[in-house]
Amino acid sequence: MQARLAAKDIACRRGDRLLFRGLSIDCASGDTVHVSGANGIGKSSLLRILAGLLRPFAGEVLQIGEVGFVDERLALDANLPLGQALSFWERLDGCGEPGRALALLKLEPLMDVPVRYLSTGQRKRAALARLLNRNCPIWLLDEPLNGLDSEAQAVFETLVARHCEGGGIAVVASHQPIALGSPLVVDLARFTA
Amino acid sequence: MITTLLRRDLGLLLPGGRGGGGILPLLFFMAVAMLYPFAVGPDAQLLARTGGGIIWVAALLAAILPLEKLVTGDLETGVFDQLHLRGVSEELAMASRLAAHWLSFAPLLLVATLPAAALLGLDSATTRTVVLGLLAGTPGLAAVGLMVGALTASLRGGAALAGLMVIPLAVPILIFGAGALSTAGNGGIALSAAISLCLCAIAPFVAGAAIRSAREG
Repeated sequence: MQARLAAKDIACRRGDRLLFRGLSIDCASGDTVHVSGANGIGKSSLLRILAGLLRPFAGEVLQIGEVGFVDERLALDANLPLGQALSFWERLDGCGEPGRALALLKLEPLMDVPVRYLSTGQRKRAALARLLNRNCPIWLLDEPLNGLDSEAQAVFETLVARHCEGGGIAVVASHQPIALGSPLVVDLARFTA
Repeated sequence: MITTLLRRDLGLLLPGGRGGGGILPLLFFMAVAMLYPFAVGPDAQLLARTGGGIIWVAALLAAILPLEKLVTGDLETGVFDQLHLRGVSEELAMASRLAAHWLSFAPLLLVATLPAAALLGLDSATTRTVVLGLLAGTPGLAAVGLMVGALTASLRGGAALAGLMVIPLAVPILIFGAGALSTAGNGGIALSAAISLCLCAIAPFVAGAAIRSAREG
């Protein structure tokens, strides 16, 4: 199935502030988008709008295909061991082979560690495992590199490249440079109101 | 899907579950039943006449204790966002949470009513009325708790506010449920059950809307 993610002329308002306006993007299968911009410029809000979690102040969003979303919030139960916390989402997503994502992200030694003891980078890898287990075509990733070491960063870049080669869409918001092949760059500074 | 949700919610809320503190409402409830005779003195007739009402008040207040854990944690960690992206509606998530919330405190309270009634010297007919009334009324208390918990989840200091907000909303259940003690027949219990049904029917929708609005905020 062809995935598609399009936003037409969207604007975002948070409180009294208009963060950006007039932003349009159109991604088809295989596209990678890098959303860049300074802190507080509205990268996270843009991703939440694209995910359908936030209503845009103006404009509209079209999604064809399921959306996987990773931000700084882990959605894993802090008191449970990582394995059990992930297994809830595996069951919900009907994931057949959770072991693959765990091996890719080197999470196997951490399966018995309660989620609250994980480091920032480990938490990020856990969130990515939840995303991989779901097998959805559209990836929306908010600051996925935060806390990842250089090895994990390389793994992440490979994962995104492979996902897009396989017909997926990846939208990555990050203030850091990422090696993403040839991404479409959306610099939010150009759309500030 | 609903069983997966319910399993997780029960794990979160049941006594001994990972949420912790599941046993606290029960201890609180028993503590009230134990303290009351100390406070009013050993007049057996007075205790027997007022004991049923005290059990009701203790049950109502005990039902407030777990409210903080009901919605706030999952809202903060983004569980509801992830469920939304998977097409699980907030209403469904809240319906499952309502069932888990009731199961986590009400059966224990109903069992604990028996020793509490013994402590207060209630006769068997009164005890029966109290137990039946609580059986009819606790689903309503759980529903009020869930609605208020979801509405206050995104507020700072929401837990204290939630406790205060539950009390006036729970008054109708208390009036009919505890009122059944002083009137003959089961009319009060039936009315209490009717209010409970009504509240349980609207609670998932109210709580779901509250979560969606917290997400936009």
